[in-house]
Amino acid sequence: MHELALCQALMNQVESIAAERNASSVVSIVVGMGPLSGVEAQLLKHAYPVASAGTVAEGAELVIENLPVRVKCTRCGHESDVLPNKLVCKHCGDWRTNLLSGDELMLMRVELETAAEHPDKPGGAEEPGATIH
Amino acid sequence: MCDTCGCNITHGNESLIRPGGKLARTESGKEAVTVLHSLLDENDHTAKHNREHFDSHDVLAINLMSSPGAGKTALLEASIRALKADAARDLSIAVIEGDLETENDAERIRKQGVEAIQIATGSACHLDAHMVHQALHNLKLDDLDIVFIENVGNLVCPASFDLGQHLNVILLSVPEGDDKPAKYPVMFRAADLVLISKSDLLPVLDDFKPENAKRYLHDIASEAPVFELSSKDQSGMQQWFEWLYAQIEKRKAYVAEHPPESGHHHHHHHEHEHEHEHEHEHEHEHVHAEGKTP
Repeated sequence: MHELALCQALMNQVESIAAERNASSVVSIVVGMGPLSGVEAQLLKHAYPVASAGTVAEGAELVIENLPVRVKCTRCGHESDVLPNKLVCKHCGDWRTNLLSGDELMLMRVELETAAEHPDKPGGAEEPGATIH
Repeated sequence: MCDTCGCNITHGNESLIRPGGKLARTESGKEAVTVLHSLLDENDHTAKHNREHFDSHDVLAINLMSSPGAGKTALLEASIRALKADAARDLSIAVIEGDLETENDAERIRKQGVEAIQIATGSACHLDAHMVHQALHNLKLDDLDIVFIENVGNLVCPASFDLGQHLNVILLSVPEGDDKPAKYPVMFRAADLVLISKSDLLPVLDDFKPENAKRYLHDIASEAPVFELSSKDQSGMQQWFEWLYAQIEKRKAYVAEHPPESGHHHHHHHEHEHEHEHEHEHEHEHVHAEGKTP
């Protein structure tokens, strides 16, 4: 749908994170996407080489994590994995459910290559994620 | 996505397209950073700003969406006529129109004696918050009670772009068929109200069953009310007006209890000359609440 423009937004965020961490390059990018996000994974993958060319993310692997459509029933409390256009509770059949997951479009994780001489870095090993908000 | 016509690049986000950065290769040390940012943060930030503008002037903003030709403009024409005739309520209305080309819809609205700002998107198939932000600068919000934003006719793209509106009203016209909510779940899930328009055609197009449309809406867990109406013969319009009046009051009450933050933190360069080359250099890392208005 607007996958090229979304890739640009993705590049902006990735570049910003890379700059902040003094990263020399980006190894991989993980994007979480749900079927109700309005975005097509294939098109995003297609747009990505175009958007990343010439940026610090050039050559980085784009990994798309397909998130399930999961609802919680407001009547019986049961959680179900469902189809995007059938958000009905699988337990009691009621349609009054809340979406727990399935409409996300999120940059989830970025794996960066940083300089060995960086004081905080134990060279070579991958650190568990630090959350940025 | 079309990478030849550029239909996915709008005035609002073309500033995001910049020739690339530097790449100095050094060695070793990998770091995995967990982020959890929506890719629509940029648009959402502007949308939030728009919503604050509306709230600080007590204006209710409604985003009207549908397929092309479902009757958005006709609904606005008929509504404006009736609402302006109600001297007791004395509602002050303005419209922001979005179309790829022409000023036709804005002209129709102006003929009803109401101000209309036309956004010509060129090749962009949806409105975004940046375009609406620019249109807002041309409206005297102080004098208004309600602003309708008539989005580009399209059941796909507009759903994903928060404009700063308070409510989404989606039209489903009788000739389109009653299964649209099943085919376009993302759009119809965003509805605060679904209007089955051109209801005067129900006797002729008897394969359209409003009950089916409602069932498909339930299947996508939408609790939006569904009203049938006809701009042509005026049936069902009163229910729509009552809903509007109630929503105006509801929003006013909400804003009174939750006043917008004072001292907006405008990090972006707020160029009031309406240049389309906004350089969005902000590095702030807000995480915005997803979805619509609280």
